[in-house]
Amino acid sequence: MTFELFIFYLLATIASVSGLMMITIKDPVKAALWLVLAFIATAGVWITAQAEFLGLVLILVYVGAVMVLFLFVVMMLDINLSIMKEGFTKYLPIGGMVIVLIAAMMYLVLGPNNFGLEVTGNPVIHPADYSNTKAIGLELYTVHAYAFILAAVLLLLGIVAAITLVLRRRPTGEVRHQSIDKQVKTQASERFEMVKMKSESEEPIKPKEEEDK
Amino acid sequence: MIALSDYLIFGAILFIISMAGIFLNRKNVIVLLMAIELLLLAVNTNLVAFSHFHNDVIGQTFVFFILTVAAAEAAIGLAIIVLVFRKRKSINVDDLGTLKG
Repeated sequence: MTFELFIFYLLATIASVSGLMMITIKDPVKAALWLVLAFIATAGVWITAQAEFLGLVLILVYVGAVMVLFLFVVMMLDINLSIMKEGFTKYLPIGGMVIVLIAAMMYLVLGPNNFGLEVTGNPVIHPADYSNTKAIGLELYTVHAYAFILAAVLLLLGIVAAITLVLRRRPTGEVRHQSIDKQVKTQASERFEMVKMKSESEEPIKPKEEEDK
Repeated sequence: MIALSDYLIFGAILFIISMAGIFLNRKNVIVLLMAIELLLLAVNTNLVAFSHFHNDVIGQTFVFFILTVAAAEAAIGLAIIVLVFRKRKSINVDDLGTLKG
């Protein structure tokens, strides 16, 4: 077993075990942390497949942004932990059967018979000065430029949808809105009025000598 | 040398684990969303492996777009969960049966 293969199996085992822990553990906070470990191990697996940019993006975007959002929401909600795993064994027989069947089918299709090294041949090993980021960038900004812009629009849509859903509106009457029409149409005479009145003079303040005594 | 089948089987294992999470977890909607994230990760692993073995960077570009969609989906899903929790004071899957599905 070469060192490369050893690293791959180590990272794959870590990712699979953390995935299993994620679906079996009771506390959602711990489940999110196990999922973070699974993401980091999978990023390592991607880096062994010479996808360095995506491996680092996975750590930065997923672990840094999405999973922190998950943790934030999980900690914000007050979840009753005692009822959380009640139905786990209820669906275990049929769910386990379906999963074992799917796993067997996947192994038959994806196993070494169809996709082993003898069938696919060795992958191209890029030299050390090859830039994976540059290759993806060239592809992304030329061939897939429209898709890239659409992805940006999709993220904007995500922001708008999330804010619109969670925004807590106040009941009408409680909040005062700004009326821009009225503000623009207003004249100087409506704002400023001259009032005729007699001049008033205040009485001089008496010295408080009596109180000091 | 790591074979393509190794990557594919690793992706299949992740896929099956997260599918088991969706099947068996009948209580917590947040863990359900996390299982969907793991499902997308498994699919992305397949795309990265094929991109590596075909020496074609388009697969990795696709992974980039899938990551974008997954991030938007996670944000909207969590917003919906917060909304449901605010209305019902619970995120138990069994309590969310209004649609009678």
